[in-house]
Amino acid sequence: MNGTPYGLIAEFDSPAAVLHAAEKVRDAGFRRWDVFSPFPVHGLDKVMGFRNSLVGWFALVFGAAAFIGSMLMIWYMNGYDYPILTGGKPMFSPPQALVPSYILLVLASAVGAFVGMVVMNRFPRLYHPLFKNSRFALASRDRFFLVIETADPKFSEIETRALLESAGSTYIELVVE
Amino acid sequence: MAESLTQLEALVPPRELRRGPQTPYQRGLGGLTDHLTAMAEGKTPLWWWILFIPAAFCAAVVLPSMLVYLISTGVGVWGNNVPVAWGWDIINFVWWVGVAHAGTLISAMLFLTRQHWRTAIGRAAEAMTVFSVMCAGLYPAVHVGRVWWAWYLFPIPLTTDMWPQFRSPLMWDVFAVNTYLVVSSLFWYMGLIPDLALLRDRAKTRVRKFTYGLFALGWTGSARQWHNYEKAYLVLSGLATLLVFTVSSIVGMDFATSQLAGWHETIFPFYFVAGAVFCGFGMVLVLLIPLRKWCHLEDIITLRHIDRVCKMTLMMGCIMGYIYVMEYFIAWYSGSPYDAWVFGHRLFGHYYWFGGWIMIGVNALLPQLFWIKKVRQNLKLIFVIAVLINIGMWFERFTIIVGSLYQDFLPSSWHPFYPTWVDACTFLGTLGVFFTMYLLFVRFLPMIAVSEVKAITPQADPHHPLGGAKGGRP
Repeated sequence: MNGTPYGLIAEFDSPAAVLHAAEKVRDAGFRRWDVFSPFPVHGLDKVMGFRNSLVGWFALVFGAAAFIGSMLMIWYMNGYDYPILTGGKPMFSPPQALVPSYILLVLASAVGAFVGMVVMNRFPRLYHPLFKNSRFALASRDRFFLVIETADPKFSEIETRALLESAGSTYIELVVE
Repeated sequence: MAESLTQLEALVPPRELRRGPQTPYQRGLGGLTDHLTAMAEGKTPLWWWILFIPAAFCAAVVLPSMLVYLISTGVGVWGNNVPVAWGWDIINFVWWVGVAHAGTLISAMLFLTRQHWRTAIGRAAEAMTVFSVMCAGLYPAVHVGRVWWAWYLFPIPLTTDMWPQFRSPLMWDVFAVNTYLVVSSLFWYMGLIPDLALLRDRAKTRVRKFTYGLFALGWTGSARQWHNYEKAYLVLSGLATLLVFTVSSIVGMDFATSQLAGWHETIFPFYFVAGAVFCGFGMVLVLLIPLRKWCHLEDIITLRHIDRVCKMTLMMGCIMGYIYVMEYFIAWYSGSPYDAWVFGHRLFGHYYWFGGWIMIGVNALLPQLFWIKKVRQNLKLIFVIAVLINIGMWFERFTIIVGSLYQDFLPSSWHPFYPTWVDACTFLGTLGVFFTMYLLFVRFLPMIAVSEVKAITPQADPHHPLGGAKGGRP
């Protein structure tokens, strides 16, 4: 094979098997590895030790900025720059500006959640070394893959392969970039 | 013996935790995938062409010609007059926004409440939302008359040095409908990403692989991606749920803040939300009952799903009935002669007396048939009821809008409303747009959320024997 090796890919045929293997890989002290599955596997987040995703913060910051920004915008437009007197009410009052500000909060939060997902997942990334692997297309169908990258300090082709074999993988291959 | 019995007991969950499978599908994850992508990958069936050609004609020929005629001539080509300044344009706007709401309710609210059965119908309902909001948004835009000045609706300072009036619910409407379109499209697209990746991985031709791959953004299905994705999906569904209540409330406030009898009611925001969801459930049934048969999805969208949607329709129908009763009660109890006049004329008026009877008969009484289990399992009957609900809800908006406007406070300004052929053809055109988009969606995108449906099968549960768990636990 040509090219630098990217990592070892190991195939599993059930969510329980891959969850089990993930526990073993974690206990062996690997850091640069990931699990690929057609749907989120229950319990995997815990095994891989993920913290709360930052996506929620994106939504919060976007939403808060939009709410404050639109309150200020409405104050500037209807209360300061071009005051409109309706029914003797104050030129600006927070309840008056609440509904459009709230709507823009929802809009910006939703955009923020989507942007957060895109940024955190480093999308769009149309190329991935794993896409070259012929079996990897099954990761969106019914197979589960565990990939340990060569960049991991603990990686050694023979020992890592043995670990994945002992975890019950049915197919192990070295992927090149 | 005693020991093995305890072991067995440990395997079987206690009675209260036992559940039937969410889908009766037994052919494993691979077979399920093949089955759910069949429509997007197979040959175009004949029924698709039979529906697509007339729909596309309405969308591509009828609607554009009506719009060109309207914009080049003026709003007078519609039946709108003074005092009935809001005619079919606003009726259809409210109707289309209403249709959209059930999609968001199914995909977002039922997600938050962990109703796993929604996975089978969520995607199809969301697509309905996106396309019907597009149809809805068209009406206010062309209704303004001088369309080339529609940018006045947005706070864009160019040469005028004027700003929009943010106290007006009509202004809120502009923001609400546009927000609804953006948020529901984002929600729909985000749900599609894993399934687009699935179609990319299964693609046989380079064009398909490239196109699906481009929109899949490079999804690999890694645990990290799922982690962020699930969080974003949760946040988006929370926000979309807010919109279920907000958008139609604001549409309701367009009416409620006016002084007109029949509109000036505090119940209106809630009234419009309930009516919207009710009408939308009708549309969900209209779309899904034929599609599940034609796309061979009977074991994915099961009779249990239809049964549940019927029950929700029944609940919304009861709410509609309550609101109608309350409206008539308040019309009498308020002592306002104008209110009494308008509501009396809804049932016994000169022109539009049929509207009130259709509202009560179709929207409040007809869904009561869903109390009967036999009706909830008779697909043909459900289909007929669902179509009638959509028509009934259209007449509800007609009655509210035209029925209140044509006899306002001064009898000298009373004038009946008659729609013109342009009104009818414009509505036909938006129906064409909706069905064209929907058919394209059914043909080229997975109309069932494949990854979501797979995730609720026992094969996907690492703690279930079918998911590979030994002895019930990994």
